[in-house]
Amino acid sequence: MMLEPGIEEKTFYLNLGPQHPSTHGVLRILLEMDGEFIANSEPVIGYGHRAHEKMAELRTYQQYLPNMGRVDYLHALAYNHGYCLAVERLAGIEVPERAEFIRVITSELNRIASHLLWFGAYLLDLGAFTPFLYCFDDRENVVDILDRVTGSRLTYCYFRFGGVRDDIDDEFIAGCRAFITRLRSRWQDYDDLVTKNVIFINRTRDVGIITPEQALKYGVTGPCLRGSGIPYDIRRSEPYSVYPLFDFEIPIGERGDIMDRYVVRLREMEQSLRIIEQALDKLPNGPIMAEKVPKRLKPAEGEVYAAVESGRGEFGTYIVSKGDTKPYRIKLRVPSFSNLSIISELIKDTLVADMVAILGSLDLVIPEVDR
Amino acid sequence: MIVALIGVIALVSVNALFLIWMERKVAAHIQLRPGPMEVGFHGALQTVADAIKLIGKELITPEEVDRPIYLLAPIVIFLPVLVLFLVIPFAPNLIIRDLNVGILLIFAFSSLTVLSILMAGWSSNNKYSVFGAIRSIAQNIAYEIPLLITAMSIILMVGSFKLSAIVAAQDKVWFVVIQPLAFLLYIICATAETNRAPFDIPEAESELVAGFHTEYSGMRFGLFFLAEYTNMFVVSAVATVLFLGGWRGWILPPVVWFLIKVYAIIFLIMWFRWTFPRLRFDQLISFAWKVLIPLAFVNLLVTALAIKLF
Repeated sequence: MMLEPGIEEKTFYLNLGPQHPSTHGVLRILLEMDGEFIANSEPVIGYGHRAHEKMAELRTYQQYLPNMGRVDYLHALAYNHGYCLAVERLAGIEVPERAEFIRVITSELNRIASHLLWFGAYLLDLGAFTPFLYCFDDRENVVDILDRVTGSRLTYCYFRFGGVRDDIDDEFIAGCRAFITRLRSRWQDYDDLVTKNVIFINRTRDVGIITPEQALKYGVTGPCLRGSGIPYDIRRSEPYSVYPLFDFEIPIGERGDIMDRYVVRLREMEQSLRIIEQALDKLPNGPIMAEKVPKRLKPAEGEVYAAVESGRGEFGTYIVSKGDTKPYRIKLRVPSFSNLSIISELIKDTLVADMVAILGSLDLVIPEVDR
Repeated sequence: MIVALIGVIALVSVNALFLIWMERKVAAHIQLRPGPMEVGFHGALQTVADAIKLIGKELITPEEVDRPIYLLAPIVIFLPVLVLFLVIPFAPNLIIRDLNVGILLIFAFSSLTVLSILMAGWSSNNKYSVFGAIRSIAQNIAYEIPLLITAMSIILMVGSFKLSAIVAAQDKVWFVVIQPLAFLLYIICATAETNRAPFDIPEAESELVAGFHTEYSGMRFGLFFLAEYTNMFVVSAVATVLFLGGWRGWILPPVVWFLIKVYAIIFLIMWFRWTFPRLRFDQLISFAWKVLIPLAFVNLLVTALAIKLF
């Protein structure tokens, strides 16, 4: 910023990232600043590119499964689910009902973990350190429960074509029920200490408004879209697995500001708890794997698209098969990528502090953007 | 005088070490964790270990900085803080110099902090640092005004700038009872003056990485850190003198009472930090100009009127 005397410059550039505390990953945003206001901005992505889509072309269908837990490590089971769903549709594999129930239960638990992490990390962005540790305390329960059945704590690889790897036991069910009671007792605290905090309200009300038109134009999905008042949830609008069996609401916002997205996520956690509760009550007995799924899967020639609702929005897998053991091409439609694309429009003419608040409210997972 | 200086430096260092430990413990217990436990009894020596580590670190001077100012800034932030201890009345006979303009001296020298932050931010040649510095100036100027006005309403009642006289005037009732609004305003402004959360805009780490001291490492960073905690002690000590009756108390010796009150206020400020989110810069400034300053003025006027009437 050391300017030569006599030279007038109205704007200057500020490089936010790739290493910056509030980008939560290796995202770089080039900001053209007019004082503290952002005149223009451009997100630069690709720092965490791992060629996930290319890797699919070099591996068999089964070998590609572990990749899914690493695209979005926060809601890994939804990605497991999305990919398995696509392959099962392609190869025509029927999944037994118990396996579907287990998939829903674990996937919803994982969604809660993902939202809790967002909740904590987002308040950290706003300068409140303490909620982060409370959320991690809650999240630890989910991670422990999932650890018991999936064998890992973060990058799960639990779903298989035609079912799941391991069956759940009574201890898992008891753990889930204990967790549901525990988390429900926390809502009051979260509401009193965060949602009703006047500083928090001032930071989030009417900031970063996404209009429904904008959201549709950019292909924004997930809580960001529902915060704008559009009740689009794949679990309801294009039902997969056994979601139609359960009674749950799709929370939506009214104004599309940060507060609405925040409230939508908090209420979604409660809805996930409801789904888990119902699934545990209705849990049928039976096998957890479809019979006769070949070790080397060789689906017939064709194309398939399957979408699931991840914690961040619509996760779609598009597979082109040429009748080989390896997919010909896989395209991953990741929600964070589309949600990120709206950022330049949202942060125009806002303050740096608002930019941080808006960026955080989109709940981006940067490795997922880069893939 | 030399004894006093050594005493002050010892107090400043021990106090800062204690406060950093205290902050960690307070933060930890608010956040459901035990905090440092390994070094010494309940981690009491943790900050000593950290201080040794900081001293042992390499002092990195980035190439493009404005060297003289860059090197001077940490010293400039620390020296005025030492001066402040000259006039703080710890006990009836434990004041280094009981100046008759004591309170003015404190406010005058604590304003110098801004200069040092500006020096650090500007000379670092880093956009984040400049942002931090600019914000800090705007913030400190905005919050110094209500701070002074609230202090003025006490001075009006006492009729003296002398700190010992202010304490002496509270022999019947503490001023916090008579002036609750002034106390509240003072605590808010003091939190902002020391750049503590929720007013830690100059070093808001999620926006500005570390604000004005982004480019400082080792003990130079340590001095900024030390100054922050010593400043906290000073504003709390002034609050104790102005509102909580200074060294007054029962049974225990006066100096103990003084320290208890000071650390109670510090605890309050720490409590704020670990409970609230951060304000936005423009909200912070408009809060000062549109809410705090008018309130402080009203408080001052009412005080003056009451003194005139009774």
